[in-house]
Amino acid sequence: MIGGLFIYNHKGEVLISRVYRDDIGRRQAADSAIFSSSGLPLEERLANRRNAVDAFRVNVIHARQQVRSPVTNIARTSFFHVKRSNIWLAAVTKQNVNAAMVFEFLYKMCDVMAAYFGKISEENIKNNFVLIYELLDEILDFGYPQNSETGALKTFITQQGIKSQHQTKEEQSQITSQVTGQIGWRREGIKYRRNELFLDVLESVNLLMSPQGQVLSAHVSGRVVMKSYLSGMPECKFGMNDKIVIEKQGKGTADETSKSGKQSIAIDDCTFHQCVRLSKFDSERSISFIPPDGEFELMRYRTTKDIILPFRVIPLVREVGRTKLEVKVVIKSNFKPSLLAQKIEVRIPTPLNTSGVQVICMKGKAKYKASENAIVWKIKRMAGMKESQISAEIELLPTNDKKKWARPPISMNFEVPFAPSGLKVRYLKVFEPKLNYSDHDVIKWVRYIGRSGIYETRC
Amino acid sequence: MTDSKYFTTTKKGEIFELKAELNSDKKEKKKEAVKKVIASMTVGKDVSALFPDVVNCMQTDNLELKKLVYLYLMNYAKSQPDMAIMAVNTFVKDCEDPNPLIRALAVRTMGCIRVDKITEYLCEPLRKCLKDEDPYVRKTAAVCVAKLHDINAQLVEDQGFLDTLKDLISDSNPMVVANAVAALSEIAESHPSSNLLDLNPQSINKLLTALNECTEWGQIFILDCLANYTPKDDREAQSICERVTPRLSHANSAVVLSAVKVLMKFMEMLSKDLDYYGTLLKKLAPPLVTLLSAEPELQYVALRNINLIVQKRPEILKHEMKVFFVKYNDPIYVKLEKLDIMIRLASQANIAQVLAELKEYATEVDVDFVRKAVRAIGRCAIKVEQSAERCVSTLLDLIQTKVNYVVQEAIVVIKDIFRKYPNKYESVIATLCENLDSLDEPEARAAMIWIVGEYAERIDNADELLESFLEGFHDESTQVQLQLLTAIVKLFLKKPTETQELVQQVLSLATQDSDNPDLRDRGYIYWRLLSTDPVAAKEVVLAEKPLISEETDLIEPTLLDELICYIGTLASVYHKPPSAFVEGGRGVVHKSLPPRTASSESTESPETAPAGAPSGEQPDVIPTQGDLLGDLLNLDLGPPVSGPPLATSSVQMGAVDLLGGGLDSLMGDEPEGIGGPNFVAPPATTVPANLGASMGSGLSDLFDLTSGVGTLSGSYVAPKAVWLPAMKAKGLEISGTFTRQVGSISMDLQLTNKALQVMTDFAIQFNRNSFGLAPAAPLQVHAPLSPNQTVEISLPLNTVGSVMKMEPLNNLQVAVKNNIDVFYFSTLYPLHILFVEDGKMDRQMFLATWKDIPNENEAQFQIRDCPLNAEAVSSRLQSSNIFTVAKRNVEGQDMLYQSLKLTNGIWVLAELRIQPGNPSFTDLELSLKCRAPEVSQHVYQAYETILKN
Repeated sequence: MIGGLFIYNHKGEVLISRVYRDDIGRRQAADSAIFSSSGLPLEERLANRRNAVDAFRVNVIHARQQVRSPVTNIARTSFFHVKRSNIWLAAVTKQNVNAAMVFEFLYKMCDVMAAYFGKISEENIKNNFVLIYELLDEILDFGYPQNSETGALKTFITQQGIKSQHQTKEEQSQITSQVTGQIGWRREGIKYRRNELFLDVLESVNLLMSPQGQVLSAHVSGRVVMKSYLSGMPECKFGMNDKIVIEKQGKGTADETSKSGKQSIAIDDCTFHQCVRLSKFDSERSISFIPPDGEFELMRYRTTKDIILPFRVIPLVREVGRTKLEVKVVIKSNFKPSLLAQKIEVRIPTPLNTSGVQVICMKGKAKYKASENAIVWKIKRMAGMKESQISAEIELLPTNDKKKWARPPISMNFEVPFAPSGLKVRYLKVFEPKLNYSDHDVIKWVRYIGRSGIYETRC
Repeated sequence: MTDSKYFTTTKKGEIFELKAELNSDKKEKKKEAVKKVIASMTVGKDVSALFPDVVNCMQTDNLELKKLVYLYLMNYAKSQPDMAIMAVNTFVKDCEDPNPLIRALAVRTMGCIRVDKITEYLCEPLRKCLKDEDPYVRKTAAVCVAKLHDINAQLVEDQGFLDTLKDLISDSNPMVVANAVAALSEIAESHPSSNLLDLNPQSINKLLTALNECTEWGQIFILDCLANYTPKDDREAQSICERVTPRLSHANSAVVLSAVKVLMKFMEMLSKDLDYYGTLLKKLAPPLVTLLSAEPELQYVALRNINLIVQKRPEILKHEMKVFFVKYNDPIYVKLEKLDIMIRLASQANIAQVLAELKEYATEVDVDFVRKAVRAIGRCAIKVEQSAERCVSTLLDLIQTKVNYVVQEAIVVIKDIFRKYPNKYESVIATLCENLDSLDEPEARAAMIWIVGEYAERIDNADELLESFLEGFHDESTQVQLQLLTAIVKLFLKKPTETQELVQQVLSLATQDSDNPDLRDRGYIYWRLLSTDPVAAKEVVLAEKPLISEETDLIEPTLLDELICYIGTLASVYHKPPSAFVEGGRGVVHKSLPPRTASSESTESPETAPAGAPSGEQPDVIPTQGDLLGDLLNLDLGPPVSGPPLATSSVQMGAVDLLGGGLDSLMGDEPEGIGGPNFVAPPATTVPANLGASMGSGLSDLFDLTSGVGTLSGSYVAPKAVWLPAMKAKGLEISGTFTRQVGSISMDLQLTNKALQVMTDFAIQFNRNSFGLAPAAPLQVHAPLSPNQTVEISLPLNTVGSVMKMEPLNNLQVAVKNNIDVFYFSTLYPLHILFVEDGKMDRQMFLATWKDIPNENEAQFQIRDCPLNAEAVSSRLQSSNIFTVAKRNVEGQDMLYQSLKLTNGIWVLAELRIQPGNPSFTDLELSLKCRAPEVSQHVYQAYETILKN
């Protein structure tokens, strides 16, 4: 299991260091066997403990070349690291741990910290180091991850710290049963005057297209994010136009199957928040759960069939002699004319030896950014079924570099108010038998946002 | 309030100031001081001097302060064991606190203080906490047992904590169950033999129930534990799989991967005909693809695991090629792994797409990635034959870019393409030669030199090209030097007239001016081959090479099976068994996939033996080999030796035609000694040193003929004997024996890799021998031989090779090559493998032949201590193709008249005298008559071997 956890700043200085296991930081196993509790001078033993901390700094943070792997083995000690802005989080172990779990834990750790004090920065970590130690003590025991749901943690790890004396016995046992219980993500006795929930269907559409307009790969990875402000322990059931469900229901009336079949979507795979009863989904494909309070990610899904590609990019690159390039890019929007796409940005890469660029565009603003080696063309809004064009002349410095320009793909960013996968929320039913509000009393909001993921066209 | 100020105090006298603050009466000041201490501790300052003062702050009802003091204690208690005792009272008191959070905190912290005296006091509170009414305390106590076990395993057993822990598996709270499982699994790892977890259908059922209810982490602990269970039959395996599959939709990738591990492992037990098997395969693909949309670090872990899964069960992801296409801004580690998987999934169906992608990648920026992409194109060519042509033309395009590392990489892979498809793409050689000057990496230079040498006859200026390399011979790396040596020898054998000088030059460079033993040895061997027997040299050096296998970097199957059991863990990321990176005995139990057992079958049939288990039925290698060899080298010839003694043999080998005009046959009909090449043998002093060693090992086989014990079925087979000890062959150990079964002879070899590196590219060749024995097929070692792995190969032999009379007659000199070097040994084969099936002579013929062969050709032998009667003797001999033509009884003695025929048509007639009635006289008398009397001695040995075993 995880033997220790370190947080460094970009210079490699240690901000947080928590060692869970004795084997971490030992120079040699033999050393400690011989001098287990005494014998070795204190300074040296402390130096040994710091060994693992230093090894990571020297070999990874201060390494000369780019990091080639998120897992590093230095002297039989394995280091897992993730980076958040310029903060390094490293988990250390000497055993054959579950690597996927360690990374999941590190991400979770980031989430928890962010939920407590916002952005993960050196400043924030230094300001909250006592809190971080407290959290680390709670969510990792002997290197085994424990309950790390922020909702539950916030009930008893507070920044005030003094709360514990004033708790009643009932409160205490409620905390512990929540931390260890089946529904660790929600506490009892939540009350809202207005029962309300928000559903956001957030999709990112990914595309790789050949210069000839052939789709090399396309997929949508979507998330359903829910904000729930519901009283009590509400039982929720979520429904969408999942092809399997629709076909199952439509079996009786063949007519309806064909009609609804068009609107239903084939989901390649989906994963759920731990509140969803997976066995029920597996057997009946119904999504039922008791939601955490506040915001959480209900599900993630991926589709690859019948994706609506909101934009089509048509590139035309012509090399005129050795010192000039002519680029023409047309973008076409491919959705209902009544809808508006926003935050459109087309990024056209230019060679490293570009000396000057002239751009003409019909719509929006375009600029050559030398530091990014790209022409960036921005359009604020664009309606569906429209077309726009940019043309540029790129002057090149003559070079004797044998290597050809690699021609990175043209990438695009945008935001559209629909789900490119075609996903539709059919219902979200709420039952709370103990309290006197019904499904009809709950105010529900649904919103669809489609964003570009990696949306690239090769040129 | 910000805490960052605590990091900035660096002034002198700080400790002293802190001491004062810690002893302050004001609570707030105290807390501030402790915070400062912790901050100093974090940045690596030694604040152990404050131990008593910090411990004094422990008795507080402020939970935050308490936690800080505990943190300090965990860090420094070990350095101040005596003072740490001061804390015990508070701990014990806290364990009784009405607040469950404090009880848990106390027991959790106490377990982290690795001081013997404290652990003694821990036992009682721990026992109480394990049975606490609050689940939060119980789940903390469960982990504490593992902590205590790590400090003092004996104590845990003595105190009976293990049983309490086992009881917790049936706890009503899922998190307690999960932590108990985690703790037990860890403890069980250090006691591999104990049945600590005691998994049975009932406890598995409990775990599966808890699986649905506990936290994501708990689910991982339980799934990892389930993976260690072996279901009793396929039905149980299926029902567990059914209950595990819903986990594939979990948002936590680690839960998904652990579920995949359980499914991959238990699938091994399911019959492929089962509908469920197919369903399961289909269910596995989508979650694996979904893992690729996780954060890059997790993608990396997933990809490393998918790499294993694709090798084990390629069918799962065969249609998912596209998701492994590299994205422009993937981190480099993700890119490299995706590339690897793309090659594994490449097939005829998707090759066009893959090639188009790879061509794109070859123009990217990252050098490593580009190289790998180029190499991948070559691997596609080798893997998918239909695409070879397209791949070669793509590679040629890439060579035209003149980007140095692209060119070099392309040449390395083209070499392999030549090996795979001989005589197909050699037209590109000209293009390759143009780039000769730009090659600066050893591997590329070596590859190019190999190509020039191999195709010397098609390259007009091959000699000039190679000569240009020779100038800087000593600056080259060993790889290039070895290749250059071989290439020039090849060139010489192909164009002997123009290249004599060159070959002389390279041989003297390699043998006299080099310190590298490998190079020197290879030089000597070529030199000797060329000077002794150029025809043989030609056969050895220009031998047809075995085709290279399709997939060159597959993980060796037993390792793969082991790694499948470690899906999700570090072992699967490193692609190494845990023993390779985990210290000590922990976690190094070898895991293997479960065997398939159907519930309907009551007994296990041999076909359903574990896939990954090593085959146990190898005949034992005679262990005393080394001693015998030692005896031999001391010339202490105590045991009866049936061959010529060592001295003659080594002289003979060393002296064969050393200076003779053996090259004549190569050079045409030029008169001996005039125009012929003037080879000077290497300095005589070095000869015995180099050859003595290999001779010794060859000779040791003399004993095997008589010392082996085996069962008689068909032609007698001697047990395998070590022919080439590992110490003589850079870690390759070869043992073997000869068999004859229904007319075909084979050499059963057992190759063991005792070196630390993987061995590949095996080939075998025989020297000319008395009966023209030669391999009928190339040596097929399908997968690379990993360290400590053994492979058994049966090499079919025929007798149509070239003939040269050997001394002793049944001596066989063998050369075995692998990627490391070429090794030589000699062995004696038992003559009875040459006895053919139609060796029965008719009676009249027998009589006539017997009379016809002159009496001086008759040889008499005695076979001692053979208490068999005529029938037994006859039938036993017949199974080895010695046929009884007639039987007579003369004066109470049985006379058997027997005939046999050798593969080269020599008949041997025998008269065997048996005295069945006389138990005290069990010797047999054998008279052999043959037109070639040299064989008689060996036929007698064969008789003795057959009858005595």
